[in-house]
Amino acid sequence: MKIEATINNKKIQMEVANDEFLVDALRRYGYSSVKRGCDTGCCGLCTVWINERPTLSCSTLAPTVQGKQITTIEGLQEEAKEFASFLVKEGAEQCGFCSPGFVMTVLAMKRELEKPTEEEIQHYLVGNLCRCTGYAGQLRAIKKYLEV
Amino acid sequence: MKFVNQPIEKIDGMDVATGKPVYTDDLVMTNALIVKILRSPHAFAEIKSIDVSRAEDLPGVECVLTYKDVPNVRFTMAGQSYPEPSPYDRLILDKILRYVGDEVAIVAAVDEKTANKALKLIKVEYEVMEPVLDFEEAIGHSTVIHPEDNLHINFDIGFNQHKNIASSTIIEAGNIEEAFDECTHIVEETYYIQAQSHAMMETYRAFSYLDLNERLSVVSSTQIPFHVRRILARALQIPASKIRVIKPRIGGGFGGKQTASVEVFPAIVTLKTGKPAKIIYDRKESFSCTTSRHAMRIKVKLGADRDGRIRGIDMEGLADTGAYGEHAPTVFSVTGYKTLPLYNQAKAVRYRAHAVYTNKMTAGAFRGYGVTQGTFALECAINQLAGKLNMDPAKLREINMIREGESSPVLGKKDDGTPIKMESCALDRCVKKGKALIEWDRKFPSYEVSDTKVRGLGMAITMQGSGIAKIDTASTIIKLNDDGFFTLLLGSTDMGTGSDTILAQMAAEVLEIPMDKIIVHAVDTDISPFDTGSYASSTTYVTGNAVIKAAENIKEQIIEYGARFLNQSMEAVEFDGGYVKEIDGSNRISLDEIAQRVVSGEGKSQLIGHGSFGGDTSPAPFIAGFAEVEIDKETGKIDLIDYVAVIDCGTVINPNLATIQAEGGLVQGIGMAMFEDVVYSSKGKLQTNTLMQYKIPCRKDIGKLTVEFESSFEPSGPFGAKSIGEVVVNTPPAAIAHAVYNAVGVNARNLPITPEKVLMGMLENKKS
Repeated sequence: MKIEATINNKKIQMEVANDEFLVDALRRYGYSSVKRGCDTGCCGLCTVWINERPTLSCSTLAPTVQGKQITTIEGLQEEAKEFASFLVKEGAEQCGFCSPGFVMTVLAMKRELEKPTEEEIQHYLVGNLCRCTGYAGQLRAIKKYLEV
Repeated sequence: MKFVNQPIEKIDGMDVATGKPVYTDDLVMTNALIVKILRSPHAFAEIKSIDVSRAEDLPGVECVLTYKDVPNVRFTMAGQSYPEPSPYDRLILDKILRYVGDEVAIVAAVDEKTANKALKLIKVEYEVMEPVLDFEEAIGHSTVIHPEDNLHINFDIGFNQHKNIASSTIIEAGNIEEAFDECTHIVEETYYIQAQSHAMMETYRAFSYLDLNERLSVVSSTQIPFHVRRILARALQIPASKIRVIKPRIGGGFGGKQTASVEVFPAIVTLKTGKPAKIIYDRKESFSCTTSRHAMRIKVKLGADRDGRIRGIDMEGLADTGAYGEHAPTVFSVTGYKTLPLYNQAKAVRYRAHAVYTNKMTAGAFRGYGVTQGTFALECAINQLAGKLNMDPAKLREINMIREGESSPVLGKKDDGTPIKMESCALDRCVKKGKALIEWDRKFPSYEVSDTKVRGLGMAITMQGSGIAKIDTASTIIKLNDDGFFTLLLGSTDMGTGSDTILAQMAAEVLEIPMDKIIVHAVDTDISPFDTGSYASSTTYVTGNAVIKAAENIKEQIIEYGARFLNQSMEAVEFDGGYVKEIDGSNRISLDEIAQRVVSGEGKSQLIGHGSFGGDTSPAPFIAGFAEVEIDKETGKIDLIDYVAVIDCGTVINPNLATIQAEGGLVQGIGMAMFEDVVYSSKGKLQTNTLMQYKIPCRKDIGKLTVEFESSFEPSGPFGAKSIGEVVVNTPPAAIAHAVYNAVGVNARNLPITPEKVLMGMLENKKS
């Protein structure tokens, strides 16, 4: 079926299957930052924004985004680079495969929470798994980025 | 130093952190066929008949392959130097299926839906046979898992296929019985270590295509490009010269991608169809159809005299290699080789072990490579011995552990017959610093925090190696380009660790040039110099030494050409990174100008520096790890409050990247200690096969992590460095088990240490 959505501020027409997940449709249309890490909705790698809210694109059926606004890290490069520079200063990006989903969640958190505590940060990001870094370096980077 | 020992940012850091398309599946051509595998539902079965005609007839299906369509030559998927110790015991597709998930048929279709539909149309009749699911019953079981007669072994590995023994080993020094006779205190215990899953975020994947010369090109998320080329050549029975392997960025490996688990499937499809083909394992396949850590049972007998001097260590290992023998002979040997030297005051040590086949998923390489298992068993026993001696476990280690300049018979001898020594070792300082950081003397062994909560402290020490002595090799090439910048060509694989960056730091240090003047290229087997690959903690030490040689080699050439263009002798000039200048300071020529003139009609040349290295020894990095846990006495719930690791990895090439490596490794070890349970059904199906069932640590599970370095200087290492990648995973299971014991008196000898086990242990203690 045909749907129309706004992806990274551009109106896009997409041909999607009824049972296709958004992550697969986005990758098919070239938004390859969006990664699939599990099949059970628990790793956070595929996080994109739908109408500004961080959402798992692996658990969102593509037809349901008709008329909605989708943001991937490709559409948020300036902000992403700003946070990424803190991450890279800590050396906390490691393999980077979880970065797009993780960074999108961090950027959403910045908009949603003002001066979050360490506990609030950890809670907000609990659904973003990482097997490389042990999370501590990510937390150091976030605190410096948010100046908390 | 300007670049070495500096917190330089990762050269690919911004790209991977901002979502650039740099991983395998981001690069695949859109017309690639989708490859899917039909898998065995049975733990042990033989295919009686297989009918693929309906699948083949499905529109969009390009190719369906069964055991009848593949070369009848056995091979190993283990990424090891030739001749591999691992037995050649598998076919691409076999008539006999040896675990739930074993490959029955390969399907390639134009899209995923069609491929999945085709899988359902394949009709297979199985003869189901009795599986071996308990590795403790494997030896001499009436079921023989590998009855085939075309299995191949490259050299003696203590293999006995009729008894399900994939490999056997003995390490022995001194008379163990006599040593125990001198002991007043003996500990004898049995430990079980689970088949931990790597659970790297990027699942296993590869794609392949024929290039314009009809050569097979394989793009793979792999740690071992050169081994993949050789493995594919044997498995597919085509010359290695017809294969090119390219490694893009990798989304984590941890040793999993030291086994070529998936490459052969798209490759054979491309060969059969002439078309591009890709395979992406889903998370379930990654969990249940690749490799894991070797589950092991380790019995330890350990004895000391009344002063706490350890006299004898006797370990007996049993490793579950699963259906195939990838890394079987090496993982369980390393268990002995890299734990026993820690306590070199022992008069006798012995390690005897078997690796056995079972009808479960194959085990393979995993960060720590057997040392992790051995460290858990031995360090738990050491802690228990300290308890028996009524001695501080830190003191027991201080009395017995190896120190700089000392040797151990297990380390072997050099070519000249003299014993190999620990040329660099700051383990004593690591223990001392770790104790201070966790406030050991104040808090050990435990203290109450409330009526229901108690905190306990525990510790463990460990070592690893740096590359495989006399086997691992690396070659590197540095090319001076015509605009005065360099290309550093590597055959090693940065899987997120930052090895490309630290190797460039070393080159920059030697050449005194800025980092941005170095472009790192890795890996394309058509172009890159040979490297055994990134495993066995080899990249910093083995490839690093090769980089230094290559950089020195090209520096000499730059000086030579600079001197020639200045009409001077080489002795009269020096290179400072920007210019070759006369030592008296009168004349100079820039690197840019040298580079231009070298490739011009005047120079008619190309400056290429190269260097190769293989270690005669495998210098050990060390860690002292300390855990503080809080236990809820009513529920058994364990909270990790603090984990302190003090590390001797020699010179720290990049403090930021080394810290993250350490933190990540510790958390992987913590996961193994506390969360990562592996459960099989009674029929042999892995049940913990998603991230829902198999819990890896999330960011709320980890307390405080404290990582500090206590550096020694390794004389044979690059700038004094040793490895760090693997050693970091080893200490948490034993240190946490010790902390739990000190908190509530429960001795956990079976990983993971779950609240349920702790509570049951407390109830058991109450009863007795």
